[in-house]
Amino acid sequence: MNITVTVNGQTYAHDVEPRLLLVHYLRDRLSLTGTHVGCETSLCGACTVYMDGVAVKSCTILAVQADGAAITTVEGLAQGEILHPVQEGFWEEHGLQCGFCTPGMLMASVQLLERNPNPTDAEIRHALDGNLCRCTGYQHIVNAVQYAAKKMRQGAGASAD
Amino acid sequence: MIPAAFDYQRPTNLAEAARLLAAHADDAKILAGGHSLVPMMKLRLATPTLLIDIGRLSELSGIRAQNGMLIIGAGTTHYAAESSTLLQQRCPLLAETAAAIGDVQVRNRGTIGGSIAHADPAADWPAAILALEAQLKLIHAGGERLVNATDFFVDLLTTALESREILTEIHIPVNPPRSGGAYLKVPQPASGFALTGVAAQVTLGANNTVQHVAVGITGVSNTAYRASATEVALQGHAATADAVAQAAARATDGVEALADIHASAEYRLHLTRVYTRRALQRAIERAQA
Repeated sequence: MNITVTVNGQTYAHDVEPRLLLVHYLRDRLSLTGTHVGCETSLCGACTVYMDGVAVKSCTILAVQADGAAITTVEGLAQGEILHPVQEGFWEEHGLQCGFCTPGMLMASVQLLERNPNPTDAEIRHALDGNLCRCTGYQHIVNAVQYAAKKMRQGAGASAD
Repeated sequence: MIPAAFDYQRPTNLAEAARLLAAHADDAKILAGGHSLVPMMKLRLATPTLLIDIGRLSELSGIRAQNGMLIIGAGTTHYAAESSTLLQQRCPLLAETAAAIGDVQVRNRGTIGGSIAHADPAADWPAAILALEAQLKLIHAGGERLVNATDFFVDLLTTALESREILTEIHIPVNPPRSGGAYLKVPQPASGFALTGVAAQVTLGANNTVQHVAVGITGVSNTAYRASATEVALQGHAATADAVAQAAARATDGVEALADIHASAEYRLHLTRVYTRRALQRAIERAQA
């Protein structure tokens, strides 16, 4: 089936099998390997991307469902050399170790801050319920999101759309 | 991880979807948010040969108040339900249940219609619609019918929805004054599915008596169920802590509980009785407020 998808501002047209998962379309057809596959059960969130303005698990969406959609992956967060505040937060606050969960964490964090610019730690943890990390124990991730929230409240923010 | 091959159609309106389903009822599945179906297809526990995508049909979206009912489009995402000011004001139990589902990403895609039609034994919506005594509108190419939620959940992953039918609307009677509801669950930490999930809806009458009570429970058994022994034990009684505790102790009467790696049957039953007491207490507090 022919689909047209806009990813990080660029439009692509491809013929895909209906069973092709969006995460595989992004990774294998578009070579955007920043989005990761971390589980087989839609739990881990490493595959999280933005689709039409909301954070979604791309492993649980068929590429054909994304026909006509606007998608942002982790590769679309930075503006050239300038990191998105969420990326900067993860850097400054050491919000990653192996980095496998990180792209998903970044996209989910962008969603959180879009909906709640001044979250408590508890609200951050709840909003990142769909993203599992095996390395950090989450505290530095929370700190990273608080860093980004503060920076974005100060007006240096950027959106994922 | 990779589903078996299938065909895919995206009809542009509901009538077209119903016709497609009528032609392929035995092999086709309806796709909305896909967050129950696609995981099963990835594990090849479900192998439909045709998916009919209704996820973009505007006929299935929206929440409105009409003739003393709340009408919820089956395509409403959990996030839309959670953040609906209409639901928050007129039926907080629905908004509270929606907010408890899965995680943010799941709530951005999953739909109330999909959750109810799929009827996972640990899905949250079935408990709430049982407690609210909802009606479900089912359509097929030749007509439509309304089914009571209490008659809808038949067996494990089996509902009253026929293979040619599509669930289009959920009808909720609006709560009378002095009503309160609560949804409490014990989530499995990774998936968020309910080890037990209790939805309680209460209306208080004069002298703090329980004029009406309904309790829907999920996560425990093959299907979500009404805790009718609890309801009978509490109905007409004063809403005291004692009465609630005694009624809650009946919440698992006659129930055969699931056992799996997440919880034993005994643990699920125990959690259910405790959470029924807590959900009833919170519902009563909200009714009194």
